[in-house]
Amino acid sequence: MLAIFFRPPPIIARMVFFTLLFGAWEIASRAGLFSRFIAPPPSEIIPAIGLLYSDNELLIRLLRTFGEVFAAAGLGALGGMMIGWWLHRNKDAGEAFTDWFAALAAAPLVLLFPLFLVLFGRNASTIIAMGAVSVLPPVILKTKEGLDHVPQVIINVGKTFGLTRWQEIRMIMLPACLPTVFTGLRLGLIFALINVVGVEYLIGFGGMGLMIAELGDRFEIAGMYAAILFVVLCSAFFFWFTARLESWLLQAR
Amino acid sequence: MMSNNPTLRISSVSKHFETGKGRVTAVDNVSLDIKQGEFISIIGPSGCGKSTLMNMIGGLITEYDGKVLLEGKQVRGCQPDIGMVFQEESTFPWRTAIENVAFPLEAAGVPKDKRLARAHELLDLVGLTGFENHFPSELSGGMRQRIAIARTLAFQPRILLMDEPFAALDEQTRLLLGDKVVQIQQQLEQTTLLITHNIAEAVQLSDRVLIMTFRPGRIKRVVDINLPRPRSSEMMGSEKFSSYVAEIWADLRTEASKGLKESEAAAAH
Repeated sequence: MLAIFFRPPPIIARMVFFTLLFGAWEIASRAGLFSRFIAPPPSEIIPAIGLLYSDNELLIRLLRTFGEVFAAAGLGALGGMMIGWWLHRNKDAGEAFTDWFAALAAAPLVLLFPLFLVLFGRNASTIIAMGAVSVLPPVILKTKEGLDHVPQVIINVGKTFGLTRWQEIRMIMLPACLPTVFTGLRLGLIFALINVVGVEYLIGFGGMGLMIAELGDRFEIAGMYAAILFVVLCSAFFFWFTARLESWLLQAR
Repeated sequence: MMSNNPTLRISSVSKHFETGKGRVTAVDNVSLDIKQGEFISIIGPSGCGKSTLMNMIGGLITEYDGKVLLEGKQVRGCQPDIGMVFQEESTFPWRTAIENVAFPLEAAGVPKDKRLARAHELLDLVGLTGFENHFPSELSGGMRQRIAIARTLAFQPRILLMDEPFAALDEQTRLLLGDKVVQIQQQLEQTTLLITHNIAEAVQLSDRVLIMTFRPGRIKRVVDINLPRPRSSEMMGSEKFSSYVAEIWADLRTEASKGLKESEAAAAH
């Protein structure tokens, strides 16, 4: 009934939700409903973000993780768009392999980290390679989907105006498929962040993932949760940033 | 002013398709001469090969028997002298109205100031002044189709082919847009070939109406429309107009019945 008279703006609704969530967590933790060692109250986690900055070189680790994420996303996006284009152009290949890439998108690729460790060693190359592999499936699938669904009628319009093949690609195919391709790129960037942090954690190398592992190993549980919270906030920022970028690019096409 | 020499000559054109059920003849031995400034409509039941014929003339289908000649030269593929307006939504959603209309000129490398000036003229011609910076999603179906017509006219094609351009529009918009097309065609003396299902539309717009048979598509009859110009939808109530509609329907009815029977038979299987 309340909703009929009062519809809160989304930002207020979100703030109320998180306040209630963290409030309940705080009360439950302080009341001893679950161990403070397993899940410390938010009042201990949030100040720990400041300690991450002063004691754990947060900025340097963050830059390292972001560098790996962008390298992985760039490589994966380039490779994914090329493969997606090939699957669109070559109908036989499209029929043969598209389902495989769809299955690959749902596979826990992070479990392949021992293989990548053998191939590349315990360094940033392994992290970037694994991140790039995770970017491939969404970018491939969305690039192919975007290109497959460009309406034939607008391609025919281009033909009637005598467009060259390159003009057809640049002036019709790319702008027409951009919204769908961008969905793949956004997913790819998020997958890259998840996998980069995950592999950093697993192989004990790099930026934020390594920091989470180190804090866990030292039993600094509040700091570990603070680092995890920080990565979640970064992920949310990534999502917002790519949405803004997409909106800007779609207007500029 | 119409000249007596044909601008477009369609000479014994046939098109066959190989399907799972064997060879299907979509268009069979169609010949037609179209003079400069003439407005011709092709009317026929669904599946009679009208759009196939249009695509052959426009150069979108290049493998066929017979010849299509423009000013005596054989048409091989798409060319700027033959413009096409399609039935489906064909404006570019990422471009504003003026950018859509200027598109072919941009592709041809015309400087920005010249192409925008030309696009302004064409938007004015189709009655869309004031909507230059609107995206297609902000406009009605009729307005979007007028953008498509203006865009096709940007290259000043010798022949304008229109494949059921009003099919997706409501009846009132269709009538008003028909008036607009008549006005533009008269103003530019544009040679036009229209494909339509709508008999009244064909009579309203055309100098000649070609009735096609149901598969294989052949020209069954040509009806000369001797109604005074300039025309508008207001003349649709006249006795002469109604007699043309009745005359065309009498011929078309048999073909439409064949088409209906075949589609019902196909549905039954």
